[in-house]
Amino acid sequence: MTDLSVPASPPFRPSMLIYDRRYRSLTFQVIVFILVMALAWWLINNTIQNLAALGKDFDFGFLWSRAGYDIPQTPIPYSSDDTHLRAALVGLLNTLIVSILGCIAATFVGVVAGVARLSNNWLIARLMTVYVEAFRNVPLLLWILIVFAIFTEIMPAPNAFRGDNPSASMILFDNVALTNRYTAIPTLGMTNDPGSLDLGARITISWATLAFVVVLAAGWIARRMIATWAQQVQDRTGSRPTTWWASLAVMTVPSLLLIWYFGLHLIAPELRGFNFTGGLNVQNGLVALWLALTLYTGAFIAEIVRAGILAISRGQSEAAFALGLRPGRTMNLVILPQALRVIIPPLISQYLNLTKNSSLAIAVGYMDLKGTLGGTTLNQTGRELESIVLMMGVYLVLSLTISAGMNVFNARVKLKER
Amino acid sequence: MKTSVFLGSVAAATLMAGVGMADTLADVKARGELNCGVNTGLVGFAAPDANGNWTGFDVDICKAVAAAVLGDPTKVKYVPTTGQTRFTALSSGEVDLLARNSTWTFSRDTDLKLDFVGVNYYDGQGFMVSKDLGVTSAKELEGATVCIQTGTTTELNLADYFKANNMTYSPVNIDSNAEGEQQYMAGACDAYTTDASGLAATRAAFADPENHIILPEIISKEPLGPAVRHGDSNWGDIVRWTLYALIAAEEYGITSANIEELTTSSQNPEVQRLLGTTDDLGAMIGLDKEWAKRAIMASGNYGEIFAANIGEQTPIGLARGLNAQWTQGGLMYAMPFR
Repeated sequence: MTDLSVPASPPFRPSMLIYDRRYRSLTFQVIVFILVMALAWWLINNTIQNLAALGKDFDFGFLWSRAGYDIPQTPIPYSSDDTHLRAALVGLLNTLIVSILGCIAATFVGVVAGVARLSNNWLIARLMTVYVEAFRNVPLLLWILIVFAIFTEIMPAPNAFRGDNPSASMILFDNVALTNRYTAIPTLGMTNDPGSLDLGARITISWATLAFVVVLAAGWIARRMIATWAQQVQDRTGSRPTTWWASLAVMTVPSLLLIWYFGLHLIAPELRGFNFTGGLNVQNGLVALWLALTLYTGAFIAEIVRAGILAISRGQSEAAFALGLRPGRTMNLVILPQALRVIIPPLISQYLNLTKNSSLAIAVGYMDLKGTLGGTTLNQTGRELESIVLMMGVYLVLSLTISAGMNVFNARVKLKER
Repeated sequence: MKTSVFLGSVAAATLMAGVGMADTLADVKARGELNCGVNTGLVGFAAPDANGNWTGFDVDICKAVAAAVLGDPTKVKYVPTTGQTRFTALSSGEVDLLARNSTWTFSRDTDLKLDFVGVNYYDGQGFMVSKDLGVTSAKELEGATVCIQTGTTTELNLADYFKANNMTYSPVNIDSNAEGEQQYMAGACDAYTTDASGLAATRAAFADPENHIILPEIISKEPLGPAVRHGDSNWGDIVRWTLYALIAAEEYGITSANIEELTTSSQNPEVQRLLGTTDDLGAMIGLDKEWAKRAIMASGNYGEIFAANIGEQTPIGLARGLNAQWTQGGLMYAMPFR
């Protein structure tokens, strides 16, 4: 055994905090920590001092008082007699509506544009380049405003649909009216209405909706089971049974039966008085915001998709072709599953961006969370700090939820390393 | 040790910043300029003219206060504020005075910590519609789309009015008068609602004002007046009595034309007190003797300001109505200068 003489550590002296490497890093970390805390303390204290100087307190009680204002688009029942809290909830739901619609459409646009930009067709590839560069390099607010301006200035007023010889007419078999205020679309009516499920707080879900959800989910599971069975048969016998008609049947037949049972039909909007009634009037603010968010975020997603596909080495598709796979199957079975690993993490941040960017809604009069809680409520109650803090919290939770959900999805598709 | 000294000095600085906010008069004098919050653009009340100079009924209040405090009506920095930003601008100290056709309400006066110092225009909310709509009363607006500025009292009155009359409507929320004008002209709303004076001012700016009518219903009381921050009573007094000086001047027949003559010749004791020829009222609010005289000279008395900006001879064409002197059957009543 060698004698490993460890020199006895010298007694601690304060100067070692700076000159001794073992303590130095710790010293600086403590100093930085204290400075950061001091800054935070100063900011909070300053706020409290100034609020006190103005004679204002920090109180969320205003959320339970009567809101007194109306909102154009209310996914849940709401009137001016409801509380500010419910108005904020309506705003949050409006934010969610435009965000979810936007994420779905932007993904679709982005994937199509991203793949098309890699097309061998010179014209298509160049057109997509123009689209991507135009949308990525102009501020989103301007796109929202220009889309909205196009809708309000070019579309006819509801009045133009009136009379025996109107200057404007409805499209899609007299079912849809594009006006400068909203797009009037038909709603669904039922001759055999099963009523609705009361979730409390005047929020209801129709039993018919629940039935469709259950039937569609069951159909999807049945389709999976058919595919598994076909795979087993193929593994055993070498030939795959024809299953497309069975898959199609389990997906559609139960839904068609439900449609027949409930007597589902379209109720077309009608011009009565000043406006179209009977159908659903989708505000132009929502359409403009949705379209602009979709096209703007879609341009970013297109680049992500393109990068993801380019990241897969050419050898992969060549190998697939050598095995006799057709181009479509090569894309679906070989390229995309690998490209998704590269695509999904940046895609998450695009979804987050879209959700946060939806707070520009007030520019087109769409009453989202920023329009209700951070707009009218803030203004009528004068509770700036409370409203903003609450709004920041809600957006934070929303973003973290999206992030968590997408991370779970990412964990499922990423390369399994064993 | 170091840290506690640092924290201590920070705390001291914060406290001093808090205390320094309270004396608006000293701040304005030190700055040599009055920060006045006005509308982003409402012709007749506050709007920049072709040369970029702000003019209007509310702007003249700013000028009068600047003349009284600083001796020069041009020493004003106009800060355009929207319906959403106006009260925050005032309470944060960005402006010293808010003269932006704002309605005096209980909650604004108390909960928002503002002080409304008086009323310079008694208004009410009305509706404007296009003539070819064939509507003659607000009661016929069932199902209409209405353009409304968010964050205003008019937004709440609108909801209350339609509810009280058992009618439905769909609101189009807009941020400023300019945006409302654009939406209304594009036909994105059937009716535009705001204070009747604002409607008249907006209509005056149209290319075809004759094709638009203001419906007869006035659905609310909208006393518009200048506001200051709560907690600085001396500054509030200055703005309040400057406004009263303008109103009193009209009552006693003091105009920008005859003010010099009256200063030397008037035998009316109230006029003498107001113009500072006898008593020194200015000293009681921290100003000099001639503060009111300068305020009146800035753009004339209340009647002159009204006539020049929004009166019947202007394109806006508002009648005095409730805003006539109390001696003429109106509500304009200045408290005694004594």
